[in-house]
Amino acid sequence: MKKQIIFFLLVALCLANANLSVLAQSKTEILIRNATILTAAKGTLENSDILIQNGKIARIGKNLNAPANAQIIDASGKFVSPGIIDCHSHSMLDAINEFSFSVTSMTTVKDALNPRDISIYRALAGGVTAGNLLHGSANSIGGLNAVVKFKWGKPVEDFLVSDAPPGIKFALGENPKRTHVQVQPGQTARYPRTRMGVMETIRDAFVRAREYKQSWDDFRAKKTKIQPRTDLELQPLVEILEGKRLVHAHGYRSDEHLNLMMLADEFGFKIATLQHGLEAYKIAPEIAKHGAGVSIFVDSWSYKLEAYDSIPYNAAILWKNGVSVSINSDSDERMRRLNLDAAKVMKYGGVPEEEALKMITLNAARQLGIDKRTGSVEVGKDADLVIWNAHPFSVYSRPEMTLIEGEIFFDRTKDIQRRAELERERQELEKLDVNKPAGGGTTQPRIPSEKRTEDRDEASFQDGGNN
Amino acid sequence: MKITNYELRITNFILLVGLLLSSVFCLPSSVAAQSDGSQQNVIGRAGTFAITNARIVTVSGAVIENGTVLIQDGKIAAVGANVSVPGNAERIDGKGLSVYPGMIDAGTNMGLAEITLGANATMDLIESGDMNANAKAITGINPHSSHINVTRVNGITTVLSYPAGGVISGQAAVINLWGATQNEMAVVPTFGLVINFPRIATFSGFGQPQLEFSEAVKRRDQRLEDLKKVFKDAESYGRIRDAYAKDKTLPAPKTDLKLEAMVPYVRGEKPVIFTAERERDIRGVIKFIEETKVKGIIVGGQEAWKAGDGLKRNNIAVIYTNIYNLPVRDDDSYDYLFEAPSKLQQAGVKFAIATGDGGGEVRDLPYHAGLAGAYGLSKDDALKSVTLYPAQILGIADRLGSIEQGKIANIVVTDGDLLEPRTNIKYLFINGRLLPLTSRHTELYEQFKDRK
Repeated sequence: MKKQIIFFLLVALCLANANLSVLAQSKTEILIRNATILTAAKGTLENSDILIQNGKIARIGKNLNAPANAQIIDASGKFVSPGIIDCHSHSMLDAINEFSFSVTSMTTVKDALNPRDISIYRALAGGVTAGNLLHGSANSIGGLNAVVKFKWGKPVEDFLVSDAPPGIKFALGENPKRTHVQVQPGQTARYPRTRMGVMETIRDAFVRAREYKQSWDDFRAKKTKIQPRTDLELQPLVEILEGKRLVHAHGYRSDEHLNLMMLADEFGFKIATLQHGLEAYKIAPEIAKHGAGVSIFVDSWSYKLEAYDSIPYNAAILWKNGVSVSINSDSDERMRRLNLDAAKVMKYGGVPEEEALKMITLNAARQLGIDKRTGSVEVGKDADLVIWNAHPFSVYSRPEMTLIEGEIFFDRTKDIQRRAELERERQELEKLDVNKPAGGGTTQPRIPSEKRTEDRDEASFQDGGNN
Repeated sequence: MKITNYELRITNFILLVGLLLSSVFCLPSSVAAQSDGSQQNVIGRAGTFAITNARIVTVSGAVIENGTVLIQDGKIAAVGANVSVPGNAERIDGKGLSVYPGMIDAGTNMGLAEITLGANATMDLIESGDMNANAKAITGINPHSSHINVTRVNGITTVLSYPAGGVISGQAAVINLWGATQNEMAVVPTFGLVINFPRIATFSGFGQPQLEFSEAVKRRDQRLEDLKKVFKDAESYGRIRDAYAKDKTLPAPKTDLKLEAMVPYVRGEKPVIFTAERERDIRGVIKFIEETKVKGIIVGGQEAWKAGDGLKRNNIAVIYTNIYNLPVRDDDSYDYLFEAPSKLQQAGVKFAIATGDGGGEVRDLPYHAGLAGAYGLSKDDALKSVTLYPAQILGIADRLGSIEQGKIANIVVTDGDLLEPRTNIKYLFINGRLLPLTSRHTELYEQFKDRK
């Protein structure tokens, strides 16, 4: 009996192992065959294959041999692009703005990530594989960011791109001034209320950070004897001064972005990205000189006063000045059609196709410091790929499959196959007592609210606060 | 808000310079127009034009691969493969180009909402109060809104613009995106009465606690009763007015502008445009229309396809405005709202695709239609959904929506598929006038593109 049990366990163990190895192989080895590949780095490759091994792009070429256990994906007549990277998103965030102070560098959006936010799946279905999740724009210096890959279905810790440089959100102009928000009775208006005050708030924070850093330098050099108290607010700002943390600065008007770059020059650091930069085209040479990237809405305008001078030629002018441009969504809705946003810059100012594609892939990766591993279709990079039914710049295109690190996270065919089953399940659930209308009414069952979020920052402005 | 803003000062400066230039140097109108700073009031040039050797996408009939469109007296004088071009016609070589009818967006607030946030003085969208049948969009539309040029240079030449808010928001106008005055723009000055069909809403304001569901149902029912009462009042008002017209010995009825405005609508002479999204609300609208016998159109229409039978039976068209929107429920399929137009079509419901936008982003209309084309709708129907179909729903298909002899010459000449974002507009005609492809955006581009 004992022997039998041991034998059974052994068999079970072998089977389990066998299963695991099969799973592991099917996960790590994929051959995408006969696609038109938009590399976003080295041009377009016709009728070419991509071999994926261990989550990486192992080979790119024509007529590649498939390893014995590789999953073959026939992409004849289809297009492959790098996974789209959204350089400004608030997806997954259960909280966006810590409104209480104008400097909240002690907060981090990593404390508010929801890996079950449906917008993740919808982003994948729009070909987006990674995002820069930012604190909102209510504060001059907001919270710390999170750079994630949208690994729908995985635990939240798997989403974080472990080697992405840390970042932080700054904000200028209307939003941190809060002058568009009614001050409630019994409350006092928060400082600052003007662009003058915003700049001084940021200056004050960096003056304090510089002094804080000095106190630590002195202590470490044994010039002082008492260890300074750790300051969670100033620590991230010290990292900025040391060039270790990327600043993503929301702003609309050119003057405010220029003033911030001058302040950064004064304190000896660089702004990584000017976010939105709706008037960045007015100061393109200055931006190029400072070396900041710009992450823009491709053509949003006129929804607020400081967006009235925004033009769809912004990307083209910046690009001609040698500035790194990415196109972001800042919206769970717009995120799903960034490919069409990129197509628009070809029309407005004549940006070449590959440069336009880079604005939603490689340039965003560079701005986030993750371009060594993602952002283009190149050997050695993570297999973050989208297979499209048509050229992604065509309005008639749609993602058929989205992969992150060689794993399929979206498959349109499978999605469609599951719909009948999900509909049945929904109907059964609706019949349950708990889901019937309150008070024996005759209306349809109530609908669960979409998600647990507050206002969706800029996106909420454009949607009239409906989010 | 005080108008001390920097952008506005720039605009005023440009306006001043433009005025000086045009008055002092008497530049030809098309050149002066580019620097007059008014953004919209570009007069363009009337004349006789022949677009030759072009691919003509008539929309109503077959594509003419190599043909001519003749524009004369503001109308399409001739179209076909063998059109004789009069000697005085200005020829435009259309080799490699495509000719389309201008697109029509049947769901906008064009001209009523310049800057949504932080500039309330530019907002003429929402009148106070719940019942505003006499508020007419045509009297609020700013002919010089910068949204107008920005929109038309992307090939949209006609829109329905409607007011918002309350239960009865007011009357929508069909306008061409050209004209220095509201009259010049008007195609149908008072086209339809806009009603926000009462729905169950638990939202009671930002920062306010959500309403109990049963309370929200009660409020919806009350608003619906109020609406029905106004309809009955308007019917009575009309009858009393007519009776008095026939018999002056009766007591003279006092004029009530709000009820007066409703008479043609409650009598089914002109369409009522109901905003409704969810299935139960769509069904509510259908029931309301069946009871009141009004002529109805639905705008919004997220789940209209689910009530396709009732819509078809009552000949209710849907102006669908939900392509750039997220599915409401987490478990709706991701392409739920992209697919809805094709489902409307399968259900045999007359529909058009519209942006539902306040004005600034109406220029994205072709991409709304194109996305529906990516998810189920044929390319041909995607194009029709922003040209001929809205023309039919707006009752202007005898004048607009396709390239046919005798129609108003609202015409767009492109270098590719009209719905594709990479396609460039090469020529633009509204009312047969050749318009420069300038806008607030091109003006700012010109100012800054070469700044070193």
